[in-house]
Amino acid sequence: MIRVVLPYHLRMLAQVGAEVQLDIPGPVTQRSVLDALESRYPMLRGTIRDHVTRQRRPMLRFFACTEDLSLESPDTPLPDAVASGAEPFFIIAAIAGG
Amino acid sequence: MKLSASGPNLLSLVGEGWGGGCQGNGTKELCPPTLALPHKGEGKAPNPPPQGGGKSPLALNKGEKMSKVRVLVGTRKGAFILTADGKRQQWDVSGPLFGGWEIFHMKGSPVDPNRIYASQTSGWFGQIIQRSDDGGKTWHQPGTPPGEPTTTSQGMPKGESNKFVYDTSPETGKPLTTHQWYDGTQHPWEFKRVWHLEPSLSDPDDVYAGVEDAALFRTTDGGKSWHELAGLRGHGTGAKWSPGAGGLGLHTILLDPSNSNRIFIAISAAGAFRTDDGGKTWKPINRGLTNPYLPEPTPEVGFCVHHMAMHRSRPGVLFMQLHQGGGVLRSDNAGELWQEVRGNLPTDFGFPIEVHAHEPETIYVVPIAPYPGRYPPEGKLRVYRSRTGGNEWEALTNGLPQRDCYVNVLREAMAVDSLDPCGVYFGTTGGQVYVSPDSGDNWSPIVRDLPTVLSVEVQTLS
Repeated sequence: MIRVVLPYHLRMLAQVGAEVQLDIPGPVTQRSVLDALESRYPMLRGTIRDHVTRQRRPMLRFFACTEDLSLESPDTPLPDAVASGAEPFFIIAAIAGG
Repeated sequence: MKLSASGPNLLSLVGEGWGGGCQGNGTKELCPPTLALPHKGEGKAPNPPPQGGGKSPLALNKGEKMSKVRVLVGTRKGAFILTADGKRQQWDVSGPLFGGWEIFHMKGSPVDPNRIYASQTSGWFGQIIQRSDDGGKTWHQPGTPPGEPTTTSQGMPKGESNKFVYDTSPETGKPLTTHQWYDGTQHPWEFKRVWHLEPSLSDPDDVYAGVEDAALFRTTDGGKSWHELAGLRGHGTGAKWSPGAGGLGLHTILLDPSNSNRIFIAISAAGAFRTDDGGKTWKPINRGLTNPYLPEPTPEVGFCVHHMAMHRSRPGVLFMQLHQGGGVLRSDNAGELWQEVRGNLPTDFGFPIEVHAHEPETIYVVPIAPYPGRYPPEGKLRVYRSRTGGNEWEALTNGLPQRDCYVNVLREAMAVDSLDPCGVYFGTTGGQVYVSPDSGDNWSPIVRDLPTVLSVEVQTLS
């Protein structure tokens, strides 16, 4: 079971709490986590990654186990602690605005 | 799952998370999630009766009885819905909806007032389309419901209500990949947000969307999926379009009530365009406009049109507010030629322009001083009305601040209702929404302290 922590506005869109849990068959990577998240919550498609390029939106970042994984390849395996469910995968929105 | 958000700025979630507002088989798991309008009825804002006129505030005019108005307000930090009866003096203020998100535009279907669309956008999370089927009480994102496969059995993706992808297929002729950037170089076309939603005049599931970077999209399935009318970008001048300071936005969509194949649109800073074949082919309609900022002041495209308006009884007559140096203009031949009608206006700069609901030659603008800071001249907030289709203007000031006022009124932030007498509404960058229930003679604020108002639309309900 993979744990994903969403920023406030995405929780509101998906109508979930701070953390969602996903079953992911196969390798646990950024891509597989986000594919599973968007499949379960279709309203989030396009809000984290571009619809066409699948690139991370520029004002979001991905963290896990205190590491910034935003610039990692989407197919790089996530840390074991994320794959085991011990640690969550964080989707963080930039702190900006007024 | 039952979540109840707390605090005045949070949305309440209802039912099992999927309650209300859905269509189809209605099973809870398959219905799209629905957001419920918070604290309806709170924030009641009693307004003083309009000054002058000598009419009792309790007296009803023709058209007021049994009618009500619903004002849809989009702001920098959410949406608000303001409602009143036909007298338009006592108001209920509901919201914020979608708190924290920019609501560029909300508009209801003219054939089903309960169907309302909203453009919800964010620099962080991109574009969202929201839809209400019950007059704004509950909302949902059209498209694939949660838990349902996102592809068809043939592997094709299902509808995605926030997916706006430019058409680059060979079938569209010569699809564009770049437009002109501020520095004159070519720049890739990049979708940013929906500026304007225009429901069709005949089908609540049929809606046009004007987007940034400028293009026209359409849905025919109630917002579940969108496709571009690529003939606009591809008609020949698209590579010359350049953004205004606010972006390359398609902000005005006018549907001709007498000819379903005719649509007028306007783009900052490209100009005005018209199709006569339902969007397949387009032509610029900018003859008569001038742009003092270009080496060639009368090009085919390159005009920062701020807004256009028409009266549905005379769709061949168009009114336009152009950037400074262009002025206020009208066309009596569907945009073939424009003539300036600024007359005695204090400035030729401003953003909105609207037409009275029952008097096709009565128009409204809000002049703004272009320099130094784009606010009302002399700090006096004045709506100007012409009863002669331009050239002769009168300042409407009764009830509006006439000192120390430095707000602006944005292009989508003015609207009229269709009651008699006609109501006129506008919102400001300072968060005020004003109403005049008597065609502009008297004004009063419905609310004073909303976030910056981006758009105002009015529904007249019987």
